[in-house]
Amino acid sequence: MTKEYKTINEIKGPLLFVEKTEPVGYNELVEIRTEKGEVKRGQVLDTSNEVVVVQVFEGTGGLGKDTSVKFTGDVIRMPLAPDIIGRVLSGSGQPRDGGPPIVPDVEKEIAGAAINPAAREKPRAFIQTGISTIDGTNTLVRGQKLPIFSGAGLPHNDVALQIARQSKALGEAESFAVVFCAMGITNEEAQNFMADFERTGALERAVIFLNLADDPAVERLLTPRLGLTTAEYLAFDLDMHVLVIYTDMTNYCEAMRQMGAAREEVPGRRGYPGYMYTDLAIQYERAGIITGKKGSITQFPILTMPGDDITHPIPDLSGYITEGQLIISRELHRKGIYPPIDIRPSLSRLMNSGIGAGHTREDHRAVSDQLYAYYAEGCDLRGLVAIVGKEALSERDRLVLEFADAFERKFVNQGRDEDRSIFDTLDIGWNLLQALPETMLTRIDDHLIKKYHPRYRKKE
Amino acid sequence: MEVGTGKVHRVAGPVVQATGLKSHMYDLVLVGEEGLMSEIIGIAGDKHVIQVYEDTDGVKPGEPVKETGAPLVAQLGPGILTSIYDGIQRPLPQLVEASGNFISRGLFVDGIDHKKKWEFTAVAKKGDKVEPGQTIGTVQEQLLIKHKIMMPPDTRGTIKEIHSGNFNVEDTICVLEDGTELPMIQYWPVRRARPSRIKQAPTIPLRTGQRVIDGFFSLAKGGTAAIPGGFGTGKTVMQQTLSKWSDVDIVVYVGCGERGNEMADLLHEFPELVDPRTDRPLMERSIVYANTSNMPVAAREASIYTGITTAEYYRDMGYDVMMTADSTSRWAEAMRELSSRLEEMPGEEGYPAYLGARLADFYERSGRVTTLEGTEGSISIVGAVSPPGGDFTEPVTQNTLRITKVFWALDSKLTQRRHFPSINWLDSYSLYDLALEPWFVENVSPDWNKNKRRAMEILQENAELEEIVMLVGSDALPEDQQLTLEVARMIINFWLAQSAFHPVDTFCPYKKQFDLLKAILEYRDRAFEALARGVPTDVILGTPSKDALAKVRLVEDYEPELAKVTAQMESEFKTMS
Repeated sequence: MTKEYKTINEIKGPLLFVEKTEPVGYNELVEIRTEKGEVKRGQVLDTSNEVVVVQVFEGTGGLGKDTSVKFTGDVIRMPLAPDIIGRVLSGSGQPRDGGPPIVPDVEKEIAGAAINPAAREKPRAFIQTGISTIDGTNTLVRGQKLPIFSGAGLPHNDVALQIARQSKALGEAESFAVVFCAMGITNEEAQNFMADFERTGALERAVIFLNLADDPAVERLLTPRLGLTTAEYLAFDLDMHVLVIYTDMTNYCEAMRQMGAAREEVPGRRGYPGYMYTDLAIQYERAGIITGKKGSITQFPILTMPGDDITHPIPDLSGYITEGQLIISRELHRKGIYPPIDIRPSLSRLMNSGIGAGHTREDHRAVSDQLYAYYAEGCDLRGLVAIVGKEALSERDRLVLEFADAFERKFVNQGRDEDRSIFDTLDIGWNLLQALPETMLTRIDDHLIKKYHPRYRKKE
Repeated sequence: MEVGTGKVHRVAGPVVQATGLKSHMYDLVLVGEEGLMSEIIGIAGDKHVIQVYEDTDGVKPGEPVKETGAPLVAQLGPGILTSIYDGIQRPLPQLVEASGNFISRGLFVDGIDHKKKWEFTAVAKKGDKVEPGQTIGTVQEQLLIKHKIMMPPDTRGTIKEIHSGNFNVEDTICVLEDGTELPMIQYWPVRRARPSRIKQAPTIPLRTGQRVIDGFFSLAKGGTAAIPGGFGTGKTVMQQTLSKWSDVDIVVYVGCGERGNEMADLLHEFPELVDPRTDRPLMERSIVYANTSNMPVAAREASIYTGITTAEYYRDMGYDVMMTADSTSRWAEAMRELSSRLEEMPGEEGYPAYLGARLADFYERSGRVTTLEGTEGSISIVGAVSPPGGDFTEPVTQNTLRITKVFWALDSKLTQRRHFPSINWLDSYSLYDLALEPWFVENVSPDWNKNKRRAMEILQENAELEEIVMLVGSDALPEDQQLTLEVARMIINFWLAQSAFHPVDTFCPYKKQFDLLKAILEYRDRAFEALARGVPTDVILGTPSKDALAKVRLVEDYEPELAKVTAQMESEFKTMS
């Protein structure tokens, strides 16, 4: 039914220009067969009566004018079945674990239609990650997308793994899965992830997509789409709570830039294509909860900021789409503090809907605000101390400075396997605030102070 | 114009080229077998360039393109209020019914229900000469909102027949002598401003109940304000607070390229909100456009126009409307994306060269006007811009600041300290200051402006002193300057900071704003007086009434509490030595 063409006119980077075709649909899946019988896949980027532009996922190595091209008449679909859980797949969805191909129950378009905002449920279920800087001050809720902004050489992967390992809802046992998409990470990093998944048994409830640093860059454009299509299937067809971790979004964006350059598009900021915002939004916005469905998709994209620059287009555009960000700080890391999450620029936009009475505890917001305020002030004071010395500080300022130091040591710092409950986290916060006079606790209502301040709490 | 059919020639993302069309610029066409809503945005030789409001996956060359012979229009009539639309006025809840949880393509749903019957009460009668914009009847659209059925802006004549009764929006309710049949519904091209008679000067403030705004950087009714802010500066909460508390009749919220979960939050929260003035749901006087960042980019581009058109329609009825556009940067990016697909020559940072003109066109549709009918209505626009990397020199922010009169500089440093609203009091400004001064003098207090300026001066001085403190520490300052620092801290923490989540503090009436600030300034005067008497600063700063003052803003019936605190303050200072 579908014809094969041997009318390739031009090959440029990852692109094929095919001529004299029957009408071909935009975004159609393309099969490319080399003379040696090797099969590659591609996608239509531009179609007209004269020429069809195809982007090849597995790279154009080995292709020539004699290569045949077949337009399948359908868009790319991901084969899905419940037994996909536990599988390791390549960045383009082929088995990578030596297992058989997936026998699909359904095949879903990977493009992913937008969830109708009116069908979305407001995310409000608190997820306890066991990490104080997240639970206490940047609370994660189910259905949120909260990226980790990091830099080269920082332990963002450890943080992501700890989150994947420890995340749970308070007081309920529910079916839970992890979709892990690796894009352009090194073999070594991939092995670390795999080893940890195996050590903790997480592999049994995970679907893993691996596109390594030496795999074709164009394939990376496919990986999150496949992963998120899988996540949607698990969440909305199989009623599971799905945590999607993808690393590293920077590599994904680099691949997008590479494609843009190959297509000779007008470049935007720093050479990234003008549609990068929309493209990232299409990935990130596939998080959430749908009214009437039991499952949910929560996303943890990891991206390394080139040169630790948060104004770089990738973190910048991501920050506009995601609901906050966790910032891994080089300074804290150097001080030996783990997890080195700097709470000052970090933010969880959905925090308010997931905390307080009925979710965590009524004093959560107030304690968090108070901790924030004095930690930020304490950090500012450090700059002053560097110039005038501690002696020149007022009594109040000295207290705040000491508070900031203690905050880093006791609240931020915790073990890689330490799983703190939210109540432990809040109590650590109160213990730190105890060092300050009560009149300084201006952000906490009196009745909360009376109820939770260690001074008033009876010894249990 | 004859309505014909053409053929798709080329598809590249949301931009399609077609041959064989006769449509004009900005006419609506339906592309492909599925009939995707699209708009003509260019004509080159025998090819029309079309932007498609939906995904073009699978569209092939050779598929048909149907003309409609008309530009993108908004449907205007009873039933708009309480609606939740996408960027091209398709009601989202109806789309869920039509296509499920995910938005599928090629669906056409009317902007307002064409079947629903409304009770129309004629106010014009047979034989009346009616002019454009004149009210010919009314419909009680919501319990508290009367919807005026007006003559279309381009129609006049003498009424031959007019009937009160139950009609749907398509039924003829009025016939003119020349045979024109008028239904309640009107269609208006979204890219064209609806006419009004005179644009008025901005002399009335828009009350928001936010101390930093009303007190320092007030917006006039019919004015324009920009909220820039890098991500994480509290912009969205700020805009939502404004929608909740401003004293306008109608709120139009355009979520342009925003987050899905945030829209969901808004869509869940809005219907639950109760209007503090009327005890009715706020939604009854709201219209929400939600075109999230992952919905088609062309519809995002259109959403701002659709939004302002509905705002103008209610303004024409004599209502005060506030339109919130969140965010115009996303809108500008949509323009940029489409422009780059069109292979236009890019201007600054890849934005099209007409960016400034488009932004100006949009903001100029605001204003307090005398409507065609002679009543008064207004549209105030609050536009958010999200400068990349918080860089205010980028083109969207710069072009916006050239047009808008108020600038609320959201500051991420304040957010980090959890100071909300995070409006930087040194960088923000309002050019309506002078124009609004007489109103405040007359309606709140003759001292309003004096106190405002005093507080501002203290904050200015504080900023200068803080730089010195950064170098030498606060102990090295002279005593009077230490007091100034403390007073500034009080203004910042007790007055400028306001919790959007605290049930009482979230809204602060003018009187309370004034009284609180006055109390702080009184404290300052007493403190300096005591200092002059020789009281040491640490004694002055140790007054318990100061901390008590901090909590007055959290009390609903604040006046007795404030009286108590000021009395306490008075006696403390008296006995101080």
